[in-house]
Amino acid sequence: MNTVLKVDNITKSFGGLMAVKNFSLELPEREIHGIIGPNGAGKTTVFNLITGVYHPDNGHILLGEKEVSSLPADVISRSGIARTFQNIRLFSQMTVLDNIKVALGHRTNYRLWDVMLGLNRFRRQEKVIAKEAMDYLGFFGLADRHNQVAGSLAYGEQRRLEIARALATDPKVLLLDEPAAGMNPREVESLIQFIRNIYNDFHLAILIIEHQMPVIMDLCTHVEVMDFGQTIATGEPEKVTADPLVIRAYLGEEEVEA
Amino acid sequence: MSSSKNKHSQALLAKLAAASSSWGIRSVAFLVCIALLQIAGDFDLINQYYLHILTIIGMNIILVASLNLVNGYLGEFALGHAGFMAVGAYAAAVIATKVGPPGAMTFVLALIGATLAAALIGYLIGLITFKTVGDYLAIVTLGFNMIIVNAIQNMDYLGGPRGFGGIPKTTSLIIVALCLVITYTILRNLVFSGHGRRWISIRENVIAAELMGINIYKAKNMAFTIAAAFAGLAGGLWAQYQQFITPKSFDYIKTTDLLVMLYLGGTGSLSGSILGVVFYMILMEILRNVLAMIDPRLAELRMLISPLILVIVMLTRQSGLLGNREWRWLKPRKEDSTDEYSS
Repeated sequence: MNTVLKVDNITKSFGGLMAVKNFSLELPEREIHGIIGPNGAGKTTVFNLITGVYHPDNGHILLGEKEVSSLPADVISRSGIARTFQNIRLFSQMTVLDNIKVALGHRTNYRLWDVMLGLNRFRRQEKVIAKEAMDYLGFFGLADRHNQVAGSLAYGEQRRLEIARALATDPKVLLLDEPAAGMNPREVESLIQFIRNIYNDFHLAILIIEHQMPVIMDLCTHVEVMDFGQTIATGEPEKVTADPLVIRAYLGEEEVEA
Repeated sequence: MSSSKNKHSQALLAKLAAASSSWGIRSVAFLVCIALLQIAGDFDLINQYYLHILTIIGMNIILVASLNLVNGYLGEFALGHAGFMAVGAYAAAVIATKVGPPGAMTFVLALIGATLAAALIGYLIGLITFKTVGDYLAIVTLGFNMIIVNAIQNMDYLGGPRGFGGIPKTTSLIIVALCLVITYTILRNLVFSGHGRRWISIRENVIAAELMGINIYKAKNMAFTIAAAFAGLAGGLWAQYQQFITPKSFDYIKTTDLLVMLYLGGTGSLSGSILGVVFYMILMEILRNVLAMIDPRLAELRMLISPLILVIVMLTRQSGLLGNREWRWLKPRKEDSTDEYSS
């Protein structure tokens, strides 16, 4: 399998705090990997480094063959990495449909003049992306919500919309930051099925940060366990969760629910 | 036979109905109304004073709607809009008096020159301005407003602090209305396009917007440049309407006036800009007349009452009179968007 995302020995510190230290991972095409670890272990920082919100002090991030670690976030996004956020970041005052349309911006190539004068090229492309956006909403069961303001959706729908919006940027790699946060076991169950559908229907690799172990156990073929910015264990989920070091560092007695 | 004819005429009727609700037809109807008003004014059927107020309202709507791109849609707090108006006004003044013979051609050239000059200055200032955000951006734009006004004040060629006079009066109510229609046609196309969505998404969540592949710096600068361009157009109209301009009339006090009208009407909506300007201007005029009627010495009291009304509106309706809602006729037509999907 080809590696689509390779993180090689990245380090990031904020002032005196080493948030991520010599972290590496390899994500092959068409696989789902997970990152777990206690709060403050640096998982989200890894996502921020991969997506260009921050830039690593050292190390490399390769998307396919392309070095992306020093690129601006918008360029990285257009290169094919999309993500969702731990605390949902929708464009709350925009309609559900417009949220997707923003992500579909890469589909349009009309010029400023086309827009200002309302020329045909602009109108035609707007129609095309409107239809495409509706297709995404249909896939995610949000079609009847398209005219609603995104901020008015129920929590679970907002999560789905955020994933739909990420997918609309046409990524090769999808990063999900705690998609199951705040969900009850039933909702988690349907989320797992939902992510599996995405994996089957879109040609991409997925990297998941999650505290809810069922998500990791059911979906991921490989897990990185982080603590204090470093990888403390790596491998198949069953093996990793049996690792005494991991249990001590992260899972703790009461957390083992898988 | 007859039924097919009937169908045909029904289709024709439907087409006509659709056309009458279209933007183009409405614009023409609006312009015809304004032209009738103007003609009525020429025949002294309407007090010229009312036409004057309407003209000022028209120019202010262009200014406020363009400011809305930055302060409403983009969600930045820029404080230098009158500076771009100054650039446009002086560019138009120079072209109208020193470049061509008085006439329609020179007039149009002056307006185009005013728009382009303000766009250029806006672009250059934007390059620096959007290195900052928030409070810093407000201060930087305020600074540029002062720089522009002070620079003009120190240019003898432009009349310095004494002002620039002798500009032919080529702008009238109908010309302002025409420019207003052009402005609104373009702005409406923009805010309901990918560009508009980009600006709003930056306002809503800048990190998410960037991770959608949007070049934030470029998108912001584009909104800022376009806003400056239309401020320049309004400035060009202003100069050729008032015939005499001074740098002082474009300082931060003018900017503040525009901000008041913008926030009164509601940011992030083109309808709000119209409502804010019309409401504020008419209120000021009514206050002026009513107070003067009671006692001429009270006339200036309106300067106290109108800010008070703004305070009240902001305390009770922070999103302005309209919020970010849009009047139906300003929205894109159904077949332009996806409403075919709504059940």
